[in-house]
Amino acid sequence: MNAVPQADARLGVGDRPGLLGVLMLSPALLYIVLLVAVPFFIAIALSMASATVGAPGVHGFVGFQNYVAAVHEPEFLMGLRNSVIVTVATVVLILIFATIESELLARDFRGKWLFQILIILPWAMPVSLAAVNWLWLLDSQFSPIDWLFRHLGLLGPGTIWGPQMHLYYYGQEWLGLASITLINVWRILPLATVIVLAGRVSIPADILEQAQVDGAGIFRTLFQISIPAMFPILVVATMFAALLVFGDMAIVAITTRGGPGYATQLLPFWAYEKGIEGGALSQGAAIALFMFPVLLAGAIWALRAAYRSQTR
Amino acid sequence: MATLELRGIHKHYGAAHAVDGIDLTVADGEFLAILGPSGCGKSTTMRMIAGLETPTIGQVLIGDQDVTHLPPRARNVSMVFQSYALYPNMSVAKNIAFPLKARGVPKAERDARVAKAAQTMGITALLERSPVRLSGGEKQKVALARALVRDPALYVFDEPLSSLDAQVRAMARSELRQLHDRTKVTTVYVTHDQLEALGMGDRIAVMKAGRVRQVGTPKELYGAPADTFVAGFLGSPPMNLIAAEGKIIGFRPEGIGVSRAGTPVASDQFAVTARIVELEFLGSTWQIYAVQGAGEAAQKFIAHVSPQVVTTLEVGSDHVFTVPRAELHLFDAKTGLRVTA
Repeated sequence: MNAVPQADARLGVGDRPGLLGVLMLSPALLYIVLLVAVPFFIAIALSMASATVGAPGVHGFVGFQNYVAAVHEPEFLMGLRNSVIVTVATVVLILIFATIESELLARDFRGKWLFQILIILPWAMPVSLAAVNWLWLLDSQFSPIDWLFRHLGLLGPGTIWGPQMHLYYYGQEWLGLASITLINVWRILPLATVIVLAGRVSIPADILEQAQVDGAGIFRTLFQISIPAMFPILVVATMFAALLVFGDMAIVAITTRGGPGYATQLLPFWAYEKGIEGGALSQGAAIALFMFPVLLAGAIWALRAAYRSQTR
Repeated sequence: MATLELRGIHKHYGAAHAVDGIDLTVADGEFLAILGPSGCGKSTTMRMIAGLETPTIGQVLIGDQDVTHLPPRARNVSMVFQSYALYPNMSVAKNIAFPLKARGVPKAERDARVAKAAQTMGITALLERSPVRLSGGEKQKVALARALVRDPALYVFDEPLSSLDAQVRAMARSELRQLHDRTKVTTVYVTHDQLEALGMGDRIAVMKAGRVRQVGTPKELYGAPADTFVAGFLGSPPMNLIAAEGKIIGFRPEGIGVSRAGTPVASDQFAVTARIVELEFLGSTWQIYAVQGAGEAAQKFIAHVSPQVVTTLEVGSDHVFTVPRAELHLFDAKTGLRVTA
């Protein structure tokens, strides 16, 4: 054995950290620039132009005219109101249910595997199948929920919700918004539960046991120990849920389509209807971009709060 | 303050028996140390006392009341975890006040008792701090203040000193013992460190493989170990154990006479001829590593001798090691239990 430097060792790209870094980062960078940044700036440019579906392209600079025009339409204001209502309601419900589910999943019990599968199922379900399910569940004629209410004596002639035989979930303002909220909760709860569970299991077991020995019951432990400890992760879950709900147009497009009239209109679907179906591409872009500064500010605030609570 | 009694406690996890039949009584105001190597079931025993685990078989009695199936919060047991388990989102004051709050103690009384506990532990200056920013020794004091703020029936400590630096640990040990002498609360102290058990315990229960091997005062355990496990566990270095004369013979490294091979031996002395393998300087004494026999039958032991004796010794050659027969500990070769000569 000669203890000398191995001068004939083959040196490759792996020995050059600078080059290796560029090579490994470039796919991600290209993806973000081409598929996120460029479309985003095109959208900003579009929103300040007078483009239509018939004549797409950034020409005819009109400044903030599209924004001003969008704000003056009643559909926009209704969509804004509904988007905020649906987002807030969904996030609140999701935080409650995700906390309950993560408390359950953090414990050991018989049949936990089945519970885990059921919780994750909405996430794994194909969108088309989910759409069929929800259309049928809340159908105006064939809803099994209506059928259940009728048999419970809540719906039909001579009952508290009667005399009608159906609730027409997608055909009424508040029931429609409630339905959209419900489907959003169903859709995002698995993701939120996984996020919150990660925070829950990272709480050291001895802190929870110490609380038990110190005399705290289940609710005191939950509200004074677990939830404060999970605060940063709850902020993350809130942000994910809020952004997913606020930006989603699939659920409203499948269910109420914004109706009756525009009573259940949501901003993303209104942007789509106005910009693509209505042909006013620039106005659609303006509507879609409207909430961007607000969402960005909200996200920055939330992340800073989460960060600060951890480095206190 | 109360007595503690464990009656025939078992804890089984499937086929594994973490605790395999323990009977133990702790008197009112007593400081009992449970000593054993890791995995001996001492932590499980402690968790059953605190109510964090339920025994598979057996009963836990605190102050003559059967608490076997009571949840932790109904037992009035104060526990200090190895990690101190301070609530990171609360200030030191709120940490200490938490057990009182959970019991619905009014705010004025709560504040007074927190101030008193903080004063007892000498941490009044830390009350508004966040526990995240405290040193190990300060955390331990906060954990102790939280444990003593509520006049518990029982203190249960789970190796509370093991995460401290060596220098702080000796100090903390005496503080903990003084605290017990002042409050006179019955204490169960779980540790794998024999120095802590010997130094603090009124009595020690030595555990191995889910069973208690011996209970007694530190002097009893050191002076008359009940079996070869206890003999080989206590003392630093522990008792030498050698198979001879159809028994297992135990003798401490101290008080061993060494002379040249062939020296005649008096009849009241037990003698072993062994080869010196190594001499180690320990300051006031020298430590001799000796081997008797060779190959698979080789038996090693350790002797402590004074610097004067060492000059006459030679590494690599046989010497006669003698111990007065009155100082031998005899154990049965099969069961390992102590026998009288």
